[in-house]
Amino acid sequence: MSHKINPEFQEKAKKAKDKKASLGKDIDLSSYQSEGSGSPLQIAPGDIAAEDKHRMLSAGVMLDDLSQRSGTFIQKDNTPIHHTASQEGIEVMATSEALKKYEWLEEYLWKAVQVDADKYTAHVELNNADGYFIRALPGKKSVFPVQACLYLAKSKLIQDVHNIIIAEEGSELHIITGCAVAKGREPGLHLGVSEFYIKKGAKVTFSMIHSWSPEVEVRPRTGAILEEDAQFMSNYVIMRPVHSLQSYPSARCVGKNATARFNSILVATPGSHIDTGSKVILEGEGSKTEVISRAITTGGTIVARGYIEGAKPDVKGHLECSGLILGDNGGIIHAIPELKGSIAGVDLSHEAAVGKIAEEEVEYLMARGLTREEATAAIVRGFLNVDIVGLPAELNAELKKAIEESEGELF
Amino acid sequence: MSAPDLLVIEDLAVSVDGKDILHGINLVVKAGETNVVFGPNGSGKTTLMMTIMGFPRYQVERGKITFKGVDVTHMPVDERARLGIGMSFQRPPVVKGVKTGDMVKACLKARNMTGDLADLAEKTHMTEFLNRDINSGFSGGEIKRSELLQLLAQTPELVLLDEPESGVDLENIALIGELINELLQKGCPIHQRCRSGLIISHTGHILDYVNASTGYVLFNGRIISCGASPRDILDNIKNKGYQECATCPIK
Repeated sequence: MSHKINPEFQEKAKKAKDKKASLGKDIDLSSYQSEGSGSPLQIAPGDIAAEDKHRMLSAGVMLDDLSQRSGTFIQKDNTPIHHTASQEGIEVMATSEALKKYEWLEEYLWKAVQVDADKYTAHVELNNADGYFIRALPGKKSVFPVQACLYLAKSKLIQDVHNIIIAEEGSELHIITGCAVAKGREPGLHLGVSEFYIKKGAKVTFSMIHSWSPEVEVRPRTGAILEEDAQFMSNYVIMRPVHSLQSYPSARCVGKNATARFNSILVATPGSHIDTGSKVILEGEGSKTEVISRAITTGGTIVARGYIEGAKPDVKGHLECSGLILGDNGGIIHAIPELKGSIAGVDLSHEAAVGKIAEEEVEYLMARGLTREEATAAIVRGFLNVDIVGLPAELNAELKKAIEESEGELF
Repeated sequence: MSAPDLLVIEDLAVSVDGKDILHGINLVVKAGETNVVFGPNGSGKTTLMMTIMGFPRYQVERGKITFKGVDVTHMPVDERARLGIGMSFQRPPVVKGVKTGDMVKACLKARNMTGDLADLAEKTHMTEFLNRDINSGFSGGEIKRSELLQLLAQTPELVLLDEPESGVDLENIALIGELINELLQKGCPIHQRCRSGLIISHTGHILDYVNASTGYVLFNGRIISCGASPRDILDNIKNKGYQECATCPIK
């Protein structure tokens, strides 16, 4: 058991334990194995098996050289196995330990994500999940990113995760999270709850790379609450196969002039079913958001959602979803952009486009001497090349490198 | 000794989307020479260029295109580019996310050229554009410079220029002319030049900057006139109109 039980949450979770999610294929939890979280361990990165490290690297988590990281956290299945924080003012530890250390942390549990949202959030609570706690103290700025890895090793297991990220007033936090699996074709289920609390004037960038496998089902549940002048930028990349993934991370810009940005790069290979999007509620005056996704299918299905709600005057939001269907393998892209304005003075817009690569563009590149394959690859690379505003240059380069490596597998 | 033929077009008939556009074109471009094709809108000038470059939409119904002694009539566009045909597009597409600099690198690589990206960009005044999506938000002059930048990287033996002066302001046109002259090795003595040009011009303005040795008039998909002095042809067109050129002798 990782931390003391809050009867109120337990009660709500029990009531929701069979509650189907409103979106995505329903998963029979009983067909997987549940296990409680073990006590957090402290295994040196050097003692982690080379093969595991290699898999983690595929999701952007580097363990051989920690000098470019402000902290590192690794959870294998349901047990945190390593955490370090190497910069003053940046805290990285297991959620269970943080709850022991800080009594006030209870107040943050299940505030950005509802415990009874569906049976998956309920399972995370009822299984008393551990996860990572990352916090930047007031005014502190992480020089290097903090990295976290959620690693699913055991077959048929449900991995329960509960992460809490707090950026105190005026702080800056850059996080890279990589999710990976140990074995190529073993079934598994990842349930990951992440709650972000971004205080006044704080900035968080969160870059997540998913590197699952064709038999794994994934149901992340993410919520962020942004105070005045807070900034949240989420970059999400999934380019490798997954059986099914359904998530709908949401950000509530409650403070004045808060800004949330979501960039998603989605690739569905044959057999993959990805249903994801971003939801932003603009409740604070002058708050802003931009939700951008690039979706490519090479045979799988992508439902690309987006929802922006403007509830205060002078808020501004833009949704952009572009989809490319490559080849003729039955790939589907279903873009569902939604806007809701409930007061005069909101400025909300969206654009969505789904299509194939324009032949005119391919031929233009071919007229420069590129073969058809090279031209297509260059256009696809360009399509995925979203200019990410506000991400530190090194991190941007790392993310681009990860994308390029996965592209190599596409062609 | 006369220069060898670089491009030979014989009895070329072309249709686009089922519509006959070119009807039996004969045209020769010699190595080291620059030829100009005049013609009104819709006469088939662009179709001729696109067919020489090899775009599949331009269907060759009969005839033959020979380049460097190789029959390229049915050769794919990328193979022609690697063989040494290059084209400046009048309205190139925007390719989102593909940076101008990457295009130039690709041009160099495709032809195993050793040109320096930074030098080429400076020469074409395109340094600030290298990191921008190709053709995205480019002005008329910027598009031309970007096209010429890519061509300078490719260094094709046959340069096809589709209306190089259209949409270019006065300030830029001298630079465009200079770049074309460099592409066509105009700085070298004639007998040492091995690169050739085929320029489409609607107005003939480019002739103030680039010398051409032969002019053709294309009208309704046929070459109705051809002469060793493009300027004279241009004067004729100005004075009498295109149609009257049919009465000019084909030399």
